[in-house]
Amino acid sequence: MAYDKFNILTSTAVPLPIENVDTDQIIPARFLKATERVGFGDNLFRDWRYNQDNTLKEDFVLNQDKYSGKILIGGKNFGSGSSREHAAWAVYDYGFRCVVSSFFADIFRNNCLNIGVLPVQVSAEFLQKIFDAIEADPSTQLEINLPEQKITLLPTGESESFDINDYKKNNMLNGFDDIDYLLNIKKDIETFAENTPL
Amino acid sequence: MSATKTLFDKVWDSHVVHKIQDGPDVLFIDRHMVHEVTSPVAFLGIKNRNIPVMHPEKTFATADHNTPTINQHLPVADPLSANQLKMLEENANEYGISYWGLGHAKNGIVHVVGPEYGITQPGATIVCGDSHTSTHGAFGAIAFGIGTSEVEMVLATQCIMQPKPKRMRININGKMSKGVTPKDVALFIISQLTTSGATGYFVEYAGEIFREMSMEGRMTVCNLSIEMGARGGMIAPDEKTFEYIKGREFTPKGADWDKAMAYWETLYTDEDAIFDKELTFDGSLIEPMITYGTNPGMGMGISNDIPMASAVQGGATTYQKSLKYMDFNEGDSMMGKPIDFVFLGSCTNGRIEDFRAFASIVKGRKKASNVTAWLVPGSHKVETAIKEEGILDILTEAGFELREPGCSACLAMNDDKVPAGKLAVSTSNRNFEGRQGPGSRTLLASPLVAAAAAVTGKVTDPRELMEEMVAG
Repeated sequence: MAYDKFNILTSTAVPLPIENVDTDQIIPARFLKATERVGFGDNLFRDWRYNQDNTLKEDFVLNQDKYSGKILIGGKNFGSGSSREHAAWAVYDYGFRCVVSSFFADIFRNNCLNIGVLPVQVSAEFLQKIFDAIEADPSTQLEINLPEQKITLLPTGESESFDINDYKKNNMLNGFDDIDYLLNIKKDIETFAENTPL
Repeated sequence: MSATKTLFDKVWDSHVVHKIQDGPDVLFIDRHMVHEVTSPVAFLGIKNRNIPVMHPEKTFATADHNTPTINQHLPVADPLSANQLKMLEENANEYGISYWGLGHAKNGIVHVVGPEYGITQPGATIVCGDSHTSTHGAFGAIAFGIGTSEVEMVLATQCIMQPKPKRMRININGKMSKGVTPKDVALFIISQLTTSGATGYFVEYAGEIFREMSMEGRMTVCNLSIEMGARGGMIAPDEKTFEYIKGREFTPKGADWDKAMAYWETLYTDEDAIFDKELTFDGSLIEPMITYGTNPGMGMGISNDIPMASAVQGGATTYQKSLKYMDFNEGDSMMGKPIDFVFLGSCTNGRIEDFRAFASIVKGRKKASNVTAWLVPGSHKVETAIKEEGILDILTEAGFELREPGCSACLAMNDDKVPAGKLAVSTSNRNFEGRQGPGSRTLLASPLVAAAAAVTGKVTDPRELMEEMVAG
């Protein structure tokens, strides 16, 4: 599915300094019943965001007015658990375009890259610097520069580079998805299929 | 480049259609399984692109995640769930995909029915929009969970694009002690590695403990590979594997079998092959395990005390948040904690051997009155075996009821939800906050530990309830 191109993103960020944030927290299974990709942002972090009577949990970061922006900052091992792409959809649909953490679960990272959310992995030290900066001043701006693969804390200019393979980088910069690529090599795939043993 | 290869390399490399420089491999997929929850948007995607399913004969559909486990003959009451099931059926019919929906004799959890009908085979690449697809690695397949965008890729082109994971081997020698099951072996490994210890790796399990394990036991171990972050886990196929798959519906027959065997017999790690990481444990030291926190890495031997925050890896804040959710304290003993629910089932422990193990403990005892028990077979085939082997009689006699197949309380998408605050001993795979229902608290354990809890009403070491082991 097509998504918005990603180039340079400058934004404030929402801090979630918790480790092992799993996909059941990002979007609980009971909200996976839709057959179209709409409205998942409403249930992002549902059980951390809302009480069981659907009133807001006011101490949760998404419910605090001082935090906003297109960047979500999570603790180590963000997105562990299920393969549900709905977790990445919920992040995107809520309005985040980038998740920063010191470590991502594998499938969640892949899912993000496939739908136009940029996962940015930084060192544990840099992650802490970001959390500290936002805690001191929630209006702290970050710059995510995809062409240069660089994340910068704008107030101090401190920065770190991040990894992304050239193929995925090119996709994100242009809003391409993998199916376009695969359909272009369909002949090769068909030849391969004729010779598989199984 | 070395000529020696790991099992993983052999299977992966033989499925690479195309390599992209500084990018992922284009990997050909032999078997694709779909279920109702992660497939509708993928079908919608190919519909919008106006392209067909490239190989409908390589995709298999079953309904499992969002199905009721009672009264399956009646219309599904929840309109959203009913719609999701209807979409799967319509999509399968429209694209000519085999469909084992609710009520079908072959229906069951996708990772239970795949092996049962011989869809799962050694040396195959198998994907499904479900992280526990790693289960099929028990047969020496490369099997892993994918997202919905990738489901769409497989439907459209029978390929996905994946960077090749690194290789890890986990060696465990020794024999399983009394009361220890494959589930305990897996929970032990995860407790050692944490939930991110194998992220970025594909794991091969090797050593005596896995060689001696039944195919179902190997499935339980491979199933839980994702819980330490690994994309998947696999075990080299052997006589036990070939014996298991022979004669099943989708298994090759006659000359095709011989041809397949010639390939399958090459599926082992060469002697000098190099792994990026190698770990070794002594299997005889593994105890029956139980978890006490909110991720599967927070597990320990059942007779131990909950570790102090100062003694664990990772952040103390996250650890204490987890214990607070569970309403446990550092240093608590798990033994004797009163429990409310028991869940036997899931793609982890919903097979016939799991029901046999559960029955071995409850036989001649009674379900504790404070416990609600949900016993959910992984498939109709398992359900039939439970009845034919007389296990149902044992369960009924002990005050238990058997439900109909499905994922059920493992992820609680249907009505099988553990109420807020209640404590469940569960044979499933995840103890995340709210996993089994909003506010529910989960202790992951083996079918033996679940059975011991079900008859005593509290966390109990199953070894206390087991018959003396007969020598030989």
